[in-house]
Amino acid sequence: MNLDLILGILQIVLIATTPLVFAGIGELVTEKSGVLNLGVEGMMLVGAVSAFIILVITGSYFLAFFVSILSGIIMSGLFAFLVLFLMSNQIATGLALTIFGIGLSSMLGKQYIGTPIDGLSPWFFVIFSFLIVFLVSYFFYKTKAGLILRAVGESHNSAHALGYSVIKIRFLSILFGGSMCALAGSYISICYAPMWQEGMTAGRGWIALALVVFATWKPERVLIGAYIFGGVTILQMNLQALGLRFPGQFFSMAPYVATIIVLVLISSNKLRIKLSAPASLTIPFYKGR
Amino acid sequence: MIRIITFLSTFLVIAFGSAYAEPKKVGFIYIGPPGDHGWTYMHDVGRKYMESQLGDSITTTYLENIPENADAVRAIRKLADSGHDLIFTTSFNYMDQTHEVAKDFPDIKFEHATGYIQADNVATYSARFYEGRMIEGHIAGHMTETNTIGYIASFPIPEVVRGINAFYLAASKVNPDIKMKIIWVFTWYDPGKEADAANTLINQGADIIVQHTDTYAPCQAAQKAGVYAFGQASNQEEFCPDAHLTSIEDIWGPYYAERAKAVVDGTWSSGDTWDGMDKGMVVMSPYNTKLMPSSLIQEAVNMEVGIKDGTIHPFTGPIYNQAGELVVPEGEVAPDGMLLGMNFYVQGIDGEVPQ
Repeated sequence: MNLDLILGILQIVLIATTPLVFAGIGELVTEKSGVLNLGVEGMMLVGAVSAFIILVITGSYFLAFFVSILSGIIMSGLFAFLVLFLMSNQIATGLALTIFGIGLSSMLGKQYIGTPIDGLSPWFFVIFSFLIVFLVSYFFYKTKAGLILRAVGESHNSAHALGYSVIKIRFLSILFGGSMCALAGSYISICYAPMWQEGMTAGRGWIALALVVFATWKPERVLIGAYIFGGVTILQMNLQALGLRFPGQFFSMAPYVATIIVLVLISSNKLRIKLSAPASLTIPFYKGR
Repeated sequence: MIRIITFLSTFLVIAFGSAYAEPKKVGFIYIGPPGDHGWTYMHDVGRKYMESQLGDSITTTYLENIPENADAVRAIRKLADSGHDLIFTTSFNYMDQTHEVAKDFPDIKFEHATGYIQADNVATYSARFYEGRMIEGHIAGHMTETNTIGYIASFPIPEVVRGINAFYLAASKVNPDIKMKIIWVFTWYDPGKEADAANTLINQGADIIVQHTDTYAPCQAAQKAGVYAFGQASNQEEFCPDAHLTSIEDIWGPYYAERAKAVVDGTWSSGDTWDGMDKGMVVMSPYNTKLMPSSLIQEAVNMEVGIKDGTIHPFTGPIYNQAGELVVPEGEVAPDGMLLGMNFYVQGIDGEVPQ
């Protein structure tokens, strides 16, 4: 093993893991406020296709990412409206959002499949993904606003009694989650694999969801978890290419197995659950109760 | 998610309003979207060709993005229930599901791509893609400078293993120092992962990328890294003009038209079709004249001619397996039975076929 090889592997890991970090950190903020949004995959796909379409039409990377984030805000805003104001079930609504997003992105992107574009260098986003994790961490644990957001996620009734607007805070958290998911999607279609293909996120949204649980709702651990999940995939590819005998299938399921193990570990102890998961997660908030 | 796209309505109106026989309904099950510019795309091109040939005597339907699990049973049954007369299931791992549904609908004809089990109402068909792999291997043997080939493989099924072996046999014949690096990605379709695999192989010194997955992400990655690549299933030159040497194209149209015609005429019978370059089912994309020397292009064209007239066979003995046992004696060619069940690497390839 020489240095070039290792640096090369590191590069590939960084490029491959970045979308998981974006989607994971977005979903983490949403869940911290007490809302579970299972629409990550759908929002990523809509983000990916809208960025791609705008890039093809205007040729502007800035506009592409801008519109993509806007699409994430619209998608998650729809979700927020349904679960916060109409009190629809979060799990069902989130799943519906994913299914909607898959269909919508296929429909929008139909005529753009196979349009060649010039990919954008991923490095700005790789650095930005680290930055955003530390910003979120700082926000949660060093600012008053972060404390309030966490309080809403832990006990919305207490936060409400103290005079904080639970609905507004959750709405903003959901929008942040949506824009990060869309960013993850646009990174995939513009930087990572510069093309539009139906369903091209290929399950990364679900891995991001697993990641939040794996990280026990801690921002830095989302970063660590993402790099474990991403690193393992690239590592096994390298071992295969080096001719080592290797069960590749095992590594495809590794993220999910790891998540189940973490879930078992944290749920084996009631105190640990209390310390990890936001206590109001998935519980709807009715004003005036 | 399953979406049905039918092109029926106008035809049905005609059928009801006239004395003509009702058009036969032909259904397709696709593993990916028709826009993948790879495997599914070419099946869809075949479907359209069939429509153009048979006109009003058939109507077609397809279901896309059908996973190779119990969902496939549901999808195939849906086509069967809605009165289709002929159903093409276009991926290897639809095998059990196709037979499961076919048992319940003895009057409906089924065609399973790349499968090897037939029934009275289930025919199988495939193309001898390995003939194209041989030409790719020959080209790669000449073009590589690092003597390292990166091969992105999808699932360890005979079809993929056969391609790897055919490629290696031809490449090592030209260039005995050649080394193959193989990554099994366990997916047909994940542009990100396919690009990761290509970049990993390039990082490990491969200067030619071969893929047996469905999108053009590997070719794009090769273009970006300044190495060569072979496309998959359809001509992918426009996506990676500075990397693309050639592609193996799958031409299904004539077969589809022939089989649908047989259903219309009532002459359909089960069977197994495995055609190659001689029947035009496997075609090489135009060789890249910017990247390849003209002498090499000529050699490749000559090879095509030889394969077509039967004087060249990619699996001509002596061929040894990894344990050094002679599996095809000198002067003989591997029988189709061996090729269809191929689950071992030939001598010279490192690693092991995943089980």
